[in-house]
Amino acid sequence: MKNVPNIVVLVKRVPDTNARIVVSGDRVDLSAVKWVISPYDEFAIENALQHKEAAGGSVTALTLGPAGADKVLKDAKAIGVDEIVRVWNDSWSEMDSNGIQSALAQAITDLGAEVVYCGKNAADTGAGSTGPGIAERLGWASVSNVTDVTFEGGLTVTTPVENGSARVSVSGNAVVSCDKGNIKVRKPNVKGIMMAKRAQVSVVSADAPSATVTIVSQTPPPAKPAGKKYEGGASAQEVARLLRDEANVI
Amino acid sequence: MSESIIIAETGKGSVSAVTAELVSAAIALGTSPTVVVPCTDASMADNAGYDGVSRTIAVKGACFENYDAASWASAIDAAAPSGIIIAAATPQSKDIAARIAAKRNLSVVQDVVSIDGMNLTSPIYSGKAMQTVAISGDSVISVRANVFPAASSAAANVSVVDQSGDVSTAVQEIMARASARLDVSEANIIVSGGRGMGSPENFSHLEKLADVIGAAVGASRAAVDTWDDIPHSMQVGQTGKTVNPNLYIAVGISGAIQHLAGMRSSKYIVAINKDADAPIFAHADYGIVATWEEALPVLESELSSMMS
Ligand SMILES: Cc1cc2nc3c(=O)[nH]c(=O)nc-3n(C[C@H](O)[C@H](O)[C@H](O)COP(=O)(O)OP(=O)(O)OC[C@H]3O[C@@H](n4cnc5c(N)ncnc54)[C@H](O)[C@@H]3O)c2cc1C
Ligand SMILES: Nc1ncnc2c1ncn2[C@@H]1O[C@H](COP(=O)(O)O)[C@@H](O)[C@H]1O
Repeated sequence: MKNVPNIVVLVKRVPDTNARIVVSGDRVDLSAVKWVISPYDEFAIENALQHKEAAGGSVTALTLGPAGADKVLKDAKAIGVDEIVRVWNDSWSEMDSNGIQSALAQAITDLGAEVVYCGKNAADTGAGSTGPGIAERLGWASVSNVTDVTFEGGLTVTTPVENGSARVSVSGNAVVSCDKGNIKVRKPNVKGIMMAKRAQVSVVSADAPSATVTIVSQTPPPAKPAGKKYEGGASAQEVARLLRDEANVI
Repeated sequence: MSESIIIAETGKGSVSAVTAELVSAAIALGTSPTVVVPCTDASMADNAGYDGVSRTIAVKGACFENYDAASWASAIDAAAPSGIIIAAATPQSKDIAARIAAKRNLSVVQDVVSIDGMNLTSPIYSGKAMQTVAISGDSVISVRANVFPAASSAAANVSVVDQSGDVSTAVQEIMARASARLDVSEANIIVSGGRGMGSPENFSHLEKLADVIGAAVGASRAAVDTWDDIPHSMQVGQTGKTVNPNLYIAVGISGAIQHLAGMRSSKYIVAINKDADAPIFAHADYGIVATWEEALPVLESELSSMMS
């Protein structure tokens, strides 16, 4: 890594986690949801900003999406990132992970980044594929589910391991996928919000391979059969019996 | 029959039980699986034989000493033939799955909970909807635990491949978990407490019950945020852990959508809440409308007499 790092943080637009997800036909209908930055991406932004404050350099927020995704870039700008970039190609529609990662990796290369922060998973896909997948495409190291990042003497991150957590130092360029951890994320201030209003999103293009994974349908979750409900603490005895005899889980 | 490669789930120096479920997933896909076991000592693969699996490859490499995504993916990729790659949907294996998919220029489908031909279903929007995708050609998938039956064990036909990868991360220090308790992400039974527990000290009642039934103790975000003694590692939900146990016992937890996001796919859910209208009851197989002070001691003594 250079002395002054060029930092990219990935932000994704997702429905507010309180939003009701409605299925119409065989697709989720998102026309009425409120959009927000995916929750873990907020930790990614915070870590990216702290990295810059410790080491200098600049932070670029990058998203892949249609024009509607500009909102989360402006939200990131209001929190304090320097540049905001959206990668998009009007020929893209339902992309698979291979397409999304290829396009983002290309944009990251074009931006000349040396370190990328992203969320451990996105609130819509829940996948957790993008960080490690991009790292592989860039030939970089990656550490996922990171709960703490320090910058003295190089990048050191905390990540869960079998019996607890490990502090791991990373050499070379890296993708850091962020979990919640103990950091407090900063909120936008008035000045930030004003700056974000005027900020220009640079829109860049990239190539993406066509999808080999295609969506067949999106459906509501299977309805659970109504459960049994009892009044009073003494009924715990009956529930214990059912756990053994009916559910067979004890 | 087309080929598949199962990446054995490993932990505590051995192949984990969920690997047998991956074999059933491979068979549901109509593929003939080879099991690949990342290890530093090839004897670990001796137990990785299953009905329906003709070959087990022990990938033996120094890089498998500590988890490092890049080197694990590179060594496993080098040792694994082509085909559909199947891993367990644990944080570490999802990470490797994503890297191997990228290495092979394939797509990855995570958290599969059902397989119908080449159609795979996974939860999206934290379980508020399900998505079915069709895969064409090779791809990489991860499969949730507790969904497919475990294939029976059989003698393993092991071949050893010496293969390591370049490690770019170095462990500086391991911070062992303060308590020797099971982590919620590893447990088959979870007892979770919420703000309704009233104080962090009262979590000792949950621990007592957990000890009786071999469960891990979890918590809602309200509990984690309100009480310093309840660490984030215990949090279940949207910004905590996603769990898929056989049994989830929610105590003093209202059942907010973000909490449900982390546990709604549990096989059985028990709720103990004093408010009969708490949303958690809509998701509970067995609901007890009572305070935990009333219900927990009864549950604990009844279960402990069953266990003895
Ligand atoms: C972006 C975002 C992410 C979030 N992520 C998460 C997450 O990961 N996990 C999570 O859990 N939440 C998450 N939340 C918070 C979530 O919305 C709820 O606020 C939280 O789950 C509430 O926790 P609770 O059920 O313990 O508390 P409350 O909602 O306060 O419920 C307490 C319950 O205890 C019951 N009770 C009280 N006394 C007793 C008693 N003596 N005996 C029995 N019952 C009693 C009450 O009737 C009540 O139902 C998130 C929120 C947001 C906005
Ligand atoms: N379309 C996208 N644009 C920007 N960042 C993304 C996009 N998709 C995924 N990411 C990043 O990758 C993380 C993990 O996403 P996923 O692999 O979908 O769970 C997200 O939290 C984002 O930080």
